Amino acid sequence: MNKLLNVSSSPHVRSHENTQSIMMDVMIAMLPATAFGVFQFGLNALLVLIVTVAACVLSEYVFEKITKRTNTIYDLSAVVTGMILALNMPADIPLWIPALGGIFAIVVVKQLYGGLGQNFMNPALAARCFLLISFTGQMSTFTLDGWSGATPLAVIKGGGTVDLAAMVIGKIPGTIGEVSVIALLIGAAYLVVRKVISLRIPVAYILTTAVFVFIFGQQDLNYVLMQVCGGGLIFGAFFMATDYVTSPITPMGQIVFGILLGLLTGLFRIFGGSAEGVSYAIIISNLLVPLIERATMPKAFGKEGK
Amino acid sequence: MGLATFKGGVHPYEGKELSEHKPVQVLMPKGELVYPMSQHIGAPAAPLVKKGDKVLAGQKIGEASGFISANVICSVSGTVKAIEPRRVASGAMVNSIVVENDGEYQTVEGLGADRDAAKLSKQEIRDIVKEAGIVGLGGAGFPTHVKLTPKDDSKIDYILVNGAECEPYLTSDYRLMMEEPEKIVGGLKVILQLFENAKGVIGIENNKPEAIKKLQELVKDEPRIEVCPLKTKYPQGGERSLIYAVTGRKVNSSMLPADVGCIVDNVDTVISIYMAVCKTTPLMRRVVTVTGDAVANPQNYSVKIGTNMQELVEAAGGFKTEPEKLIAGGPMMGMALFTTDIPVTKTNSALLCMTKDEVAANEETACIRCGKCVSACPSHIVPVMMMKAALKGDCEAFEKYNGMECMECGSCTFICPAKRPLTQAFKEMRKTVAANRRKKG
Repeated sequence: MNKLLNVSSSPHVRSHENTQSIMMDVMIAMLPATAFGVFQFGLNALLVLIVTVAACVLSEYVFEKITKRTNTIYDLSAVVTGMILALNMPADIPLWIPALGGIFAIVVVKQLYGGLGQNFMNPALAARCFLLISFTGQMSTFTLDGWSGATPLAVIKGGGTVDLAAMVIGKIPGTIGEVSVIALLIGAAYLVVRKVISLRIPVAYILTTAVFVFIFGQQDLNYVLMQVCGGGLIFGAFFMATDYVTSPITPMGQIVFGILLGLLTGLFRIFGGSAEGVSYAIIISNLLVPLIERATMPKAFGKEGK
Repeated sequence: MGLATFKGGVHPYEGKELSEHKPVQVLMPKGELVYPMSQHIGAPAAPLVKKGDKVLAGQKIGEASGFISANVICSVSGTVKAIEPRRVASGAMVNSIVVENDGEYQTVEGLGADRDAAKLSKQEIRDIVKEAGIVGLGGAGFPTHVKLTPKDDSKIDYILVNGAECEPYLTSDYRLMMEEPEKIVGGLKVILQLFENAKGVIGIENNKPEAIKKLQELVKDEPRIEVCPLKTKYPQGGERSLIYAVTGRKVNSSMLPADVGCIVDNVDTVISIYMAVCKTTPLMRRVVTVTGDAVANPQNYSVKIGTNMQELVEAAGGFKTEPEKLIAGGPMMGMALFTTDIPVTKTNSALLCMTKDEVAANEETACIRCGKCVSACPSHIVPVMMMKAALKGDCEAFEKYNGMECMECGSCTFICPAKRPLTQAFKEMRKTVAANRRKKG
C-alpha cells in the first residue's frame, strides 16, 4: 500500500436519502391527485401540468445558465414547484397563464432570493396568488363536465349545501389537484410513511380551521366537514404548508405554524370577501416563519430548566 | 413501556454481521512497537526510559505528568530503539517510545499474580488503576483513576458499564461480553467497592440479545448489579444518552456524569480494571475489530498496545479489494487514516476498511431546511442554525444556539439529505470557542 487514502472528518457514512429522492417522494405523493385531475378534467389538465412543469424547469435552467450558477434542475425541486402550481390551476385556463406563473415562481420567488432553500415564500403559492390577482377571471373559472360552476365553498358561503361524498371523491369543480380528498390523502399517507413530512403542521392546521369555522361559522358537523374537504385545505395542509423551506424547522414551531394557518384560513373564509383562503394564509404565515422559529427554539438536552 | 433509550438519534447500517461471530484471537506483534506518550485526554506522559534501555512487559515506561494524565505501560520485552515523534491515528506527530521486540515477552516481577480485591482499601484500588495506565477504552481516553475519584464517593449511586456499542461495525465489546463476562462483573464489583451507595448497571443494545442473556444469567444473584437492555439506536452509547436511558438524569456540556451521581465505563475498561486489581496486570492490550468490506477476513483481535496497524491488516488476510478509506474506530466518530503505518493505541477500538468513501461520493448541495438534523440531534439543539453561525465564523451566535452542547456524534451529518458537512464545521467552531474561553481565563 503506497498510495495515500481519502481522509475526511467524521462521520464517514451518509444516509441514502438526498434532496432528489425527497423531491421524488413528493412527486410520487402528488400522483394520485394529479391522475384524478386529468381523469376528471381531461386532456387540458394534462397540458396545464406539462406546460407549468416545463416552464419551471426551463426557467431554472436558463436563469442558472445566465447567472453562471450550478445547474440544479436535477434536484427535481423545480419539477415539484411546477406540479404544485399546475395542481392549483383551473383545467381550462389559457396555457400562457400557467407558463407565466411557472417563470414567476422560479425566477422571482425562488432564484432571485438565492435559489433552493433561500426563498421565504412557497414559490408555487406566491405565483398562484400573483396570477389570482392579475388574472382573476381566468383563474377562478371552474368547469366540470362542460358546465361552469361555483366551487363548493362558494356555494356554502352563498348559503347552499354540497354533497359531502362528492367532495371526498372529487366530483366537484375546482383546481386540477385540490378536488379529490381521497386521492390527496393517499398521497399524504405516503409522505408520512416515508417520513418526508411529519403530521404536526397538517394536523394543527386542519384542526384549527375546523374549530374556527365551528365557532364562527355554523355549529354543524356537515358544515365543518365541507369546510375541511373544500377549498384546497387538504392539499394545502399536506403538500404546501409542509414545504421544508418555508415552514419552521423546530417541532414546536411547526405546531404554532399550523395553528396560525388555521386561524388565518378561518378568518379569510368566514370574515373575508372570498370563500377560500388557504393560499393567502400559507404565504402570509411563510413570512412569519423566522419569528416563529426564534420563539420556539428547543431547549438543549440537560439545559431545560435554564 | 418501551426499551430504555433517548430522544433523537439515527439508524445507520450496522455492519456487525461481518465480525460479530468471530472469537477474539490473540495477535502477537512482529515488528517494533510504538507507544505514544499521549493516548489519553490530558497532559502527555513523561518518558521514564531512554534509548538503549532494556524494558520488560508490564513495565511503566511513561509517567502521568499531571492530575489528568495517564501512565503508559510497555506491552513486550525488548530494547528502547528511539524516543521520537511518530504519527498517530489523528494524523498528528506525537512523542513516542519505540521498542524493538525481543520476542521473549519477559515480564516484570509479580505480573499476573492473583490479588484479593476485598482486602484492598479504596486508595489502594485507585492507585492500582492509576499505575496500570487505564483510560476510557471506548474512545475518549479519559484517565479512569480520575473518573473513579469524584469529590464525594457517597453521592455516586450508579456505576454504568457501557456495553451499548452503538457504533456500526464494531464488535470488540460484544465479543468481550460473550467471552469474558465474568471479568466484566468482576471489574464492576471492584468499582462498586469504591462506591458503597452505588448500583451497577450494564447497558447493552438489544441487537446483542446473546450478550444480554449471558450477563443477565451471570448477575442474577448479584443484589447490586443488573443488566439494562437498550434500544438499538446511534448514539445510544454516548455517555449522556446512556445515563439518560438508564437513570432518566440529564447531563449537559458543563457537567460531569458524577454531578448526577453516575460513573460510566466502557466494557473493555471495566475488564482492564479487573485485570489490574485482581490479576496484577496493567493495561497492555485491547480488543480491536478489523472489519469492513475491503478486508479479506474480518476478525476481532486482542492486540498488544503499540502494534503497527498494518500487522492487523495482514493478520486479517489483507485487502480483498483496494480500500478507498480506512478508519480508526467506527464510521460515525472514528478517524480517517491516510496510512496504516500507525500504532494501535489504548483508544483504537477498530480498524474499518471501506472500499467506498461515502463522503467523497456525495456532493454537498443547498440546505432545504428539512429539519431532519433537528429531529436526529440527541442534544436537542438546532444544527441548521449552528451551521449558519459556523459558516459566518460567528462564535457568539454559535454559542447562543447551544453549539457547545454538541457532542460531535455525527447524527445530523449522517441524516442530512443535502450532505452538508455539519459536524466538521461544528468541531472547528467548538475548538475556536473553547480556545477563546481559555484566553479569557
